[in-house]
Amino acid sequence: MNPFRYERAADTQNAVAALAREPAGAYLGGGTNLVDLMKLGVATPELLVDVARLPYDRIEELPDGGVRIGAAVKNSVLAADRTIRTRYPLLSQALLSGASGQLRNLATTAGNLLQRTRCLYFQDVTKPCNKRRPGSGCPAREGYHRNLAILGASEACIATHPSDMAVAMAALDAVVRVQGPDGERAIPLVDFHRLPGEEPQRDTVLAHGELVTSVDLPALRFATCSTYRKVRDRASYAFALVSVAAALDVEGDTVRDVRLALGGVAHKPWRATRAEAILRGAPATAETFSRAADAELADAQPLPDNGFKVILARRVIVRVLTDLAERAR
Amino acid sequence: MIASRAIGAPIDRLDGPLKVTGAAKYAFEYQAPNASYLGIVQSTIAKGRIAAVDEADVRALPGVVTVITHANAVKIQSPDDDALMVLQSDRVAYYGQVVAAVVAETLEVAQHAASRLVVRYEQEPHDVELRFDRPDLYKPEKVNAGFPTDTDEGDVERALREAHVVHDAVYATPYYHNNPLEMHATVAIWNDDGLTLYDSNQGPHSIQSDVAKAFGLPPQRVRIIAPYVGGGFGSKAFTHPHVILACMAAQLAKRPVKCYLTRHQMFSLVGYRTPTIQHFRLGADGDGRLTAVSHDVVEQTSQIEEYAEQTATATRIMYAGENRHTTHRLARLDVPTPTIFRAPGETPGVYALECAMDETAQRCLLDPVEFRIRNEPDVDPESKHPFSSRNLVQCLREGARRFGWQHRDRSPGPHREGRWYVGTGVAASTYPSRRRPSQAQIRVEPDGRYRVLIDASDIGTGTWTALTQIAADALDVPIERVELRIGDSALPRAPGAGGSMGIASWGSAIVDAAEKLRARLRDDYGGTIPADGIVADGEAGKNPEAEHYSMHAFGAQFAEVRVDAETGEVRVPRLLGVFAAGRIINPKTGRSQLIGGMTMGLSMALHEETVLDPRFGHFPNHDLAEYHIAVNADAKNIEAYFIDEDDPHVNALGAKGIGELGMTGTAAAIANAVHHATGVRIRELPLRLDKLLAV
Repeated sequence: MNPFRYERAADTQNAVAALAREPAGAYLGGGTNLVDLMKLGVATPELLVDVARLPYDRIEELPDGGVRIGAAVKNSVLAADRTIRTRYPLLSQALLSGASGQLRNLATTAGNLLQRTRCLYFQDVTKPCNKRRPGSGCPAREGYHRNLAILGASEACIATHPSDMAVAMAALDAVVRVQGPDGERAIPLVDFHRLPGEEPQRDTVLAHGELVTSVDLPALRFATCSTYRKVRDRASYAFALVSVAAALDVEGDTVRDVRLALGGVAHKPWRATRAEAILRGAPATAETFSRAADAELADAQPLPDNGFKVILARRVIVRVLTDLAERAR
Repeated sequence: MIASRAIGAPIDRLDGPLKVTGAAKYAFEYQAPNASYLGIVQSTIAKGRIAAVDEADVRALPGVVTVITHANAVKIQSPDDDALMVLQSDRVAYYGQVVAAVVAETLEVAQHAASRLVVRYEQEPHDVELRFDRPDLYKPEKVNAGFPTDTDEGDVERALREAHVVHDAVYATPYYHNNPLEMHATVAIWNDDGLTLYDSNQGPHSIQSDVAKAFGLPPQRVRIIAPYVGGGFGSKAFTHPHVILACMAAQLAKRPVKCYLTRHQMFSLVGYRTPTIQHFRLGADGDGRLTAVSHDVVEQTSQIEEYAEQTATATRIMYAGENRHTTHRLARLDVPTPTIFRAPGETPGVYALECAMDETAQRCLLDPVEFRIRNEPDVDPESKHPFSSRNLVQCLREGARRFGWQHRDRSPGPHREGRWYVGTGVAASTYPSRRRPSQAQIRVEPDGRYRVLIDASDIGTGTWTALTQIAADALDVPIERVELRIGDSALPRAPGAGGSMGIASWGSAIVDAAEKLRARLRDDYGGTIPADGIVADGEAGKNPEAEHYSMHAFGAQFAEVRVDAETGEVRVPRLLGVFAAGRIINPKTGRSQLIGGMTMGLSMALHEETVLDPRFGHFPNHDLAEYHIAVNADAKNIEAYFIDEDDPHVNALGAKGIGELGMTGTAAAIANAVHHATGVRIRELPLRLDKLLAV
C-alpha cells in the first residue's frame, strides 16, 4: 500500500473543498472496496477524506411518496429498513444477496454505487489493463473472462459492475444526488455508471471532487410486486453471474407496467429498456417474456467462456417475470 | 490394547477456550525485541533470468533496513529440496518465485518497498500446460509416500476385449490450493545458541532439519516452535521458501525478522494439488464382477523438484478383479512445485474411481451399492495380504439403511420435481492406515501430575485433546492429571501431522512411554512417586504387522442433490457418511474431522478450482473472493457415523487415522447424484452450472 494522508471531513463543504484541492485524493466511506484496491496497489490516493460520519445516515420519506436514502446509510441498515422492505422489497433482497454480513455492516450506500468494476487483470498491477493504464491492452478478452460482460462491452474493456444494490436501484429509476465544488446536481442512476467505450478508466460520470449525498427512490406503487434473483457459483458470498431485478404491474392478463434491470452482465447496472418496451401493454404470457428477454439479449457479445451467461440471463428473466405475473394475479 | 476410560469419550476440545478467547498464540503474534519485517518480491515471469534489480530508490526509502537479492543473499545448501534454494541464482523457474526481499522497520514499509522494487528480466518462452497427449510425459521412479509408480497384473487388454461390459472414460480434476485460514508466517531470531523460529507448520522436526541443513547448523541449534496452527491441509507439512528467506533476512539484518505471506503470495509459494487427467477402463463379466481395472494418470511437477501425486493407489486396493493396471506419468512444467493437499492421491483418485464404478454399475444394470458389494475383495487384490480389518460392505449397508437408499428411483435420470432435478448418489471412501516412528517422554511429579512431551502438531484436528485422552488411559489416571506439551522441536522427536498418521504414530509412542513409566514406578519405587519424580522415554517404530496385513480405513458416502432445472445451480441438501476406522479416540472431535472432510469434498465437487492463465503462467483467481471454498450456506445437513471396528493389528490403540478419510469419495457421491438427477455426466470437476447449461 502506498503511503497516504487521512482527513476526517467536518462537513460537506469542507469535504468537497479538501478533495478539490487534491487531484490525487479520494473519499472514504466504508472502505470495503477502496481499501482492498489500495492494498493491491490498484488505487493509490495520496489523500483520503473520510465522509462516513457526515450527516447522511438517514432514510427519509419524501412528500411525493418516495424515499431519500442518505449516502452514509450502511447496507445492513438499508436492507432491514421497514419502509424499504415494504415498498421496495427487491432493493432489500438485492442488498442481502450481496457480500457478507460483516461487509454489509461497513459498506455505505454511496460506496456501494462507487465500487470499481471487477476484473482479475484490473486487480493485478503486474498485468496490462486499459482501465488501470489506458492503452496498455486488455488481457481478459483472450484470458480468464468467465464472469465478465456480455452486454455493452468495448474492445478496451469487458469488466462487470459488481453491485447488487445498484441493479435494484436502476430498476427503480433512482436518482443520485451529488454535491460538487460548483453546487448540487441530480443524476438518474441509469446514467450514473458508464459503459467502458474508449475510456474504461471512468466507471461513473462523477467529476473529481463530487460527493454523493443521497439516493432518491421515486414512488412506485407496483414495486411491492418485485423481486431480485441472483445466480452465483455458490449459495452465498459470491458475485452475480447474472442477476435480475424486476417489478411487474399486471392488469387482467396484460402487462400494464414493468421495471427490469440486469446485474453481472455489463460495465454498469443494465436497465433492460428494450425488454420493457416489448412487455408494456403486451399479454403477460411466457411467450411475451421470452420475446422480451430475446430482444434485450439480441446484441449480447459473448466471449468463448461466458456464453452461458446469455442462456442464463434469458432463463432468469423469463422465470422472474413468470413468477411475478403469477403473484400479481 | 489399552483399557479405555478417557478414550472413546466425546470430550470437548481442551484447547477450545484458549482459541476462542484469543489466548492461544499463533506464529506471527510472537514478539521479538527490535524486530524488523519482511516484504517479498515475486517474479512476474514464468521462466528466464533476472537481468537487474534497481534497488537504489528502495534502499533510500525511510524505514528500509536492507534489500536482499541473489547478489547479496546468504549462501545456503538444500540437499533434498531445490525449491528451498532461495535467491541462490539469477534463474526464474516459475511465476511467483521469490526474486528479492526487503527488510524494513514496519510491515507496512516492507510491503510498500517490496512493491516498488523494479526487477528486470530476460524472459524465455515457458511451458505450463498439462495435456494427456504430451510427448514428454515421463515415469517417476516412485510416487508420493513411496508407492510404486506402476502396477500390472494379469492381462488387462485381453480382459477388456473379453469383458461383457466395458467402461472407458477420462476424468479430470483442476488445480487446488490449500488455503489454510492462518496464512503462513515465520518469526526468525538468531542468538548465540543458533536460530529460533516461531513458525506456522505441521511438523517442527521436519522444518528444523531443512533449516539446519540450509544454514549448515547442527539440528539441535535450530528450534522450531508451533504449538497452535490455524490449519495447514498439507501446505505446512514441508518447508517453503519464505522460511529460509526469513532466516536469511534475520542474519543479514542482524536482528529478528517477522514474515507472513499474503493470501496472494500463498498461491505460488506454498504448494497446491496438481491437476489430474485420469483415464479409467473397467471391464466386468455378465454377473457384474470386475475382470479388468485400468487406471492411467497424467499429472505435473515443476522444473526444480519432483512431486508425484499417488493418484492411482486407492484403485490398487479398493475392488476385486484379476487383471489390473495402474500408471502415473508426469509433465515437468515451468510451474511451482505441487505438494500434499487434503488426502493427496486418494482424493482425486477416488473421485475418478468411484465415478467410473457408478458408470459401470449402470452399464451392468446393477444398483451401485450392490455393484460395489459384488466386487468386494477377500484379500488386498494386489499385495494378496489379508486386510487387518475391512468393513466397506458394512458401511455401504448401514449407510444405505440410514439414508433410505431403498426408496431410490432406480431408473436413469433425469428425475424432476417441479423446478428441480433431484437425485442421489453413493461412493466409497478409503484412506491407508499407516504410522511413522515417533518418540515421547512422560515425567511424573510427586504431586501426581504427568507431563507428556512430544513434538506432535495440532493443526485444528483435535490432537491436544486426543493425545491427552490416550495418555490418561495409558497411565490409568484422569485426564486432569495429564499435561501435554506439543509443537516444539525441543520436545521428543515425532513425525508431523500428515497422512492421517498422527494418532497412530504419536499415540503409540505415548503408550510405550506410559507403560515404561508405570513399570518403573511399580518395580523400582513400589508405586510411590519419588521426590524428584520419574521420567520415562517411549518409542514406537514402524508397525511390523504392516508387512503381513493391508491396513486401510473405509467408508461409504451418500449424497442428495438438487439441480435448478433452468439455471443449473447445484445444491446438496444432504450428505451422509458411515465410516469404519477402528477405535475412535474422541467421537466429538472425530465426527468434526469427518464432517469437515465431507465439507471439503463438497467444496471440491461444486466450487474449487485454481485457474491458470497460460500466457503468463500465473493464477488469476488467487484470493478467496475468486477461489471459491464452500460457505455455510452450501453445507446443509451433513451426517457422519462410525461403525464399531476392532482392529488388533494397526497399533496398540486399535485406531485408524481419520483426518483425510472423510474427504475421499464425497465429490464422487455428489457427481453421481448430479448424474442421477439430471442424466448428465460431468467428468471434469468442479460441477458448475456453466457446464450443466452447456449440455
